[in-house]
Amino acid sequence: MTVAGIDLGGRNVHVVILKDDKVVAKAAGATGIQKAEAAGKFYDEALQQAGLKRGDVEAVVATGSSGPRVTFANGYIPDAAADARGVNRLAPSARTIIDVGGEEGRAIKINAEGRVQDFAVNEKCAAGTGTFVDTMARALEMPVEEMAKISLQSTTSIPMNAQCAVFGESEVVSLIHQKIKKLDIARAVHDAIAGRVASVTRIVGLEKDIAMIGGVAMNAGFVASLNRELGMDVIVPDDPDYVGALGAAVAASQGVLGEEVKAKVVEKETIEEGK
Amino acid sequence: MAKYKTKGLDCWGKAKELRQRYYQDYKEAHDRGALRWEGGAWSFDAVPQSLEGEVHGLTEEPYGASIGANPAMQVRYQEAAEGKWGCANDLCAYLRNYWGSIILNEYAFGGEWPHADFIFQNHICCSHAKWLQVAGEIAGGEIPYFCFDVGVGAYDKIGERQINYVVEQLYDGIEFLEKFTGRKIDDEKLIKKVHNTYDSSCYWAKACELNQAVPAPLDEKTMFSLYVLGTLEKSNDDIANFYKNLLYPEVKDRVDNQIAAVANEQCRVFGDSQPPWGFLRVYRYLEQYGIVSNANLYTMSLIGWWNINEKGDMVPYPTLEEQGVTLKTREDALRFLVEGEIKGKLEWAPFYGATYKNDLVSRMVKQWKCDAAIIHLNRGCEGTAQHQMEMKIALQKLGLPVMTFEGNMADQRQFDEARTDRLIDLFVKETLGLKKVA
Repeated sequence: MTVAGIDLGGRNVHVVILKDDKVVAKAAGATGIQKAEAAGKFYDEALQQAGLKRGDVEAVVATGSSGPRVTFANGYIPDAAADARGVNRLAPSARTIIDVGGEEGRAIKINAEGRVQDFAVNEKCAAGTGTFVDTMARALEMPVEEMAKISLQSTTSIPMNAQCAVFGESEVVSLIHQKIKKLDIARAVHDAIAGRVASVTRIVGLEKDIAMIGGVAMNAGFVASLNRELGMDVIVPDDPDYVGALGAAVAASQGVLGEEVKAKVVEKETIEEGK
Repeated sequence: MAKYKTKGLDCWGKAKELRQRYYQDYKEAHDRGALRWEGGAWSFDAVPQSLEGEVHGLTEEPYGASIGANPAMQVRYQEAAEGKWGCANDLCAYLRNYWGSIILNEYAFGGEWPHADFIFQNHICCSHAKWLQVAGEIAGGEIPYFCFDVGVGAYDKIGERQINYVVEQLYDGIEFLEKFTGRKIDDEKLIKKVHNTYDSSCYWAKACELNQAVPAPLDEKTMFSLYVLGTLEKSNDDIANFYKNLLYPEVKDRVDNQIAAVANEQCRVFGDSQPPWGFLRVYRYLEQYGIVSNANLYTMSLIGWWNINEKGDMVPYPTLEEQGVTLKTREDALRFLVEGEIKGKLEWAPFYGATYKNDLVSRMVKQWKCDAAIIHLNRGCEGTAQHQMEMKIALQKLGLPVMTFEGNMADQRQFDEARTDRLIDLFVKETLGLKKVA
């Protein structure tokens, strides 16, 4: 059986193709404004890698904040449901998931079957998201990768406000003016976001094991801060940014399509467009 | 084939008519030589409504909520309050709607803003303490203003001292009303109005108590439209008659005949706080999965009066007839009015601490047989949003799956509809594991 999962988020799209339950292709890239087109483009790229055509795929399930816009998908499942299935596949011992992506940070409690038991989301705020990290890296005039790397060398903890990306940026500028070392500022940024993410996670409870996924999980500096904040080490699966797409593909293979949600969204868009 | 019979309420049309007439009467009051007053939905309306002659009130919160249900109007009003008056956008959303309406000189039910002759208000929260004082200033006039304090403690702390404290202030209020309107309080009318207040408050609670039945005869979306009458004018003859002689008997009949609010009821959900008024369609979505939202401390005891009985159950507060009381004097009327309002309104108790809220909601989910809870983290009302996360933990300890979503009862700019759709979808299908049944 060949299925696909597409995670269309606010900033990036990730595609995973499963053939007989094995990952045969992956593709990812920025969505830009034309999100639906981006989904199609990277889906086709993944198909090409696998040597497949669209007609060879039996089911496509979309997820992510813009997932309902993937019009060629057979179904849609919410982000947390996809995360749960993806993590359950990669790290079956995990009972708590922390997913920090570009526009949202969330904590999910799951059971042994990979079903969502509870969840908490940071609401309408960039603090505790990948966007916050990007903003701070810009303020430090360095790529995120470098910020991640140098923060690991810091041994100094500097308190910083992570309640707001705008104030956070001002604070970084202020720390630069105080001639604080960049590596210490980088750690302060990660510590601040980790504190924010940990507080969201505590809402659902810190049940072991804890898996960290999403694009920010690739930032080793942030993961180190989070481990310190939680007082335990989180599991970071390979390609943590693809876990949502993998979970959607797993859902497709399980026949979980969430048809009515997709129908509802399409109907709403049709009305909005005056059709 | 549906599991239960279902049908709309026969008294639905009457509820709509009463609400419409209330707003129309306020608008036209001066044309008929009647007095107009502004106040809160918890303002003991029996007192100003007992002035001689025709009197019509406008209560702040339901007016703000009406605007909240109209997205286009709401944004204009709030932007007027924030942009033209400098009002902070984290203040009560009803208050911002109300002030915006005055600033733009638009009455949400048509025409220009109808200025009040006086204000009769009480301090139930920080917003109410200044709401109408500032409203009077925005309106550009010196509107006579009387405000009294009701912060005397939760229901289990109420004794003679607390009742006396509020009653004494109502005597002052009567002096104020008579001085500024030139009309007298009619004691016979006051006794009738207090009687009506008891009927509205106790019979709404009795109707809500019937929602413990399986299947539930009422769903919360419908209940929102029914409790509102009590927030407008519980002392009104027609409104009291509605609760006692139309709604309560009809809900009882639905229970006796197993007429369900949701034909395929399979899951009962507990709610909290006011909903985002422009987003009520979510309840219809839940119905497709056989979910009925059948209990909520806010919906049931904002106007409904309750007692905790010796078994520890929440039961409707007794009517005057059930207490064997006949009101004869002004003193009787004021004392019983105050006692009912400050002892029976359990919604007030959480203002005094999370312990009260956790205790009450824990009783309710058992009595109303709820399977799960959906909590609206309401940015628009500091009062009802207090202790919501503590409440979530308390309900989870009882074994209930609980979801929260952040929003605002009357400011859609602070509510992400698409994201909330996704969260609710996740909760219904994944956490509750429900499938569509309709």
